[in-house]
Amino acid sequence: MRKINAVLISETVKRLCIEANCHLCEDVKECIANAYNQESWPGAKEILGRIMENYEIADKTQRPICQDTGMACVFLKIGQDVHVLGDITEAVNEGVRRGYRDGYLRKSVVRDPIDRVNTGDNTPAMIYFDIVPGDKIEITVAPKGFGSENMSKIKMLRPSDGLEGVKRFVVEAVEEAGPNPCPPIVVGVGIGGTFDKAAYLSKLALLRPLSEKNSDPFYSRLEDELLEEINSLGIGPQGFGGRTTALKVNIESMPTHIAGLPVAVNINCHVTRHKTEVI
Amino acid sequence: MMAISIKAPLTRDEARKLRAGDSCLFSGVIYAARDAAHKRLCELVADGKELPFEIKDSVIYFVGPTPAREGEVIGSAGPTTSYRMDAYSPILIGEGQTGMIGKGKRGVEVVEAMKKHGAVYFGAIGGCGALLAKCIKSSEVVAYEDLGAEAVRRLLVEDFPVVVVIDSEGNNLYESGREAYIASLG
Repeated sequence: MRKINAVLISETVKRLCIEANCHLCEDVKECIANAYNQESWPGAKEILGRIMENYEIADKTQRPICQDTGMACVFLKIGQDVHVLGDITEAVNEGVRRGYRDGYLRKSVVRDPIDRVNTGDNTPAMIYFDIVPGDKIEITVAPKGFGSENMSKIKMLRPSDGLEGVKRFVVEAVEEAGPNPCPPIVVGVGIGGTFDKAAYLSKLALLRPLSEKNSDPFYSRLEDELLEEINSLGIGPQGFGGRTTALKVNIESMPTHIAGLPVAVNINCHVTRHKTEVI
Repeated sequence: MMAISIKAPLTRDEARKLRAGDSCLFSGVIYAARDAAHKRLCELVADGKELPFEIKDSVIYFVGPTPAREGEVIGSAGPTTSYRMDAYSPILIGEGQTGMIGKGKRGVEVVEAMKKHGAVYFGAIGGCGALLAKCIKSSEVVAYEDLGAEAVRRLLVEDFPVVVVIDSEGNNLYESGREAYIASLG
């Protein structure tokens, strides 16, 4: 067994919280720049230009790209040959606490959904554990803003609804969201599993670089088809009209029950943030 | 398109002149307030108590900024989604508020209040908090410090870029902009 001190997890999470919030991933930047070059509607192009200017300022000044520095979604792939010395959950929360304090990030978490008192340190993190072979830990921090999270949807379709039902549900979710989630958006789609697994898949889909397609040719084609359909809606950047409503559709799928066809759509804004380190 | 320079506070007469689609540059004093602050402000109105700032002709920016580093006026400060303020905005418009800056759709009740009293809904670019912060020249908490990022702040802005999304006649850029783009495809 390889021993890893929990302190190392805290330090890594802290660093990733700050990095993710102040420096947009290169694949997202590239996708926005491509959209800028392809956008023909003048107002839409101007907004995409401002968005590029914004992430450049964030890079230079170490300011957060967006004031909604999100709930800290932390994905841990823990090698089964690793022995962590200390409390893993507490180590992650301590990393978030320090990252949000030292990085001047906004504290956006309330302790209870009804009484709504701010916890003051952006904890607790939303933690997703996965046990994998090996003796390392892969940590991904994906701060998730709620303007887009609030526009996300899940539905238990009937198997007879089939592919057409899935496509209609995804496109309708984007159309209904309209300008609210800060388009251009990234659309994470989860298909299959159970009610909760579909939602989880849609969140995992948002972690895949925008330069990568689904490895299954069927779903890769579906990603392209859905993107084309979404970008024909005319919503455009910020909802003021234009082609660039979405930058990318990422789909993840898994087996499901003979009676079910769960579909979840997790929407992210153009500030799609995630940073990963392996320790 | 040439941007129109406008002043905050914004009088009703000035507000009524603006049209959906107008690009504007705001200069003057605006107030930052979002979900929790709106709830408290409307509770004060319901109790007949005085509000912590002059609501007549005021412009409220739906924003919860990140903390400022030493030497900075404010952290990142882009707009939050406005529909969550729909339950509160008609009450404040009734008290004299003339401008709202946010992003995203508004409900029928808000648009009706805007038409009745002469108020405007502006959009700022969502997800551009680092860029927009450069137009904020001073920031001071005027109420509800306990709310942290959600406290009410008095912001002095200079050439703060916004677009008129819904004007005082109810014209809506989210509808007309999308229609114009689709029509352009032929």
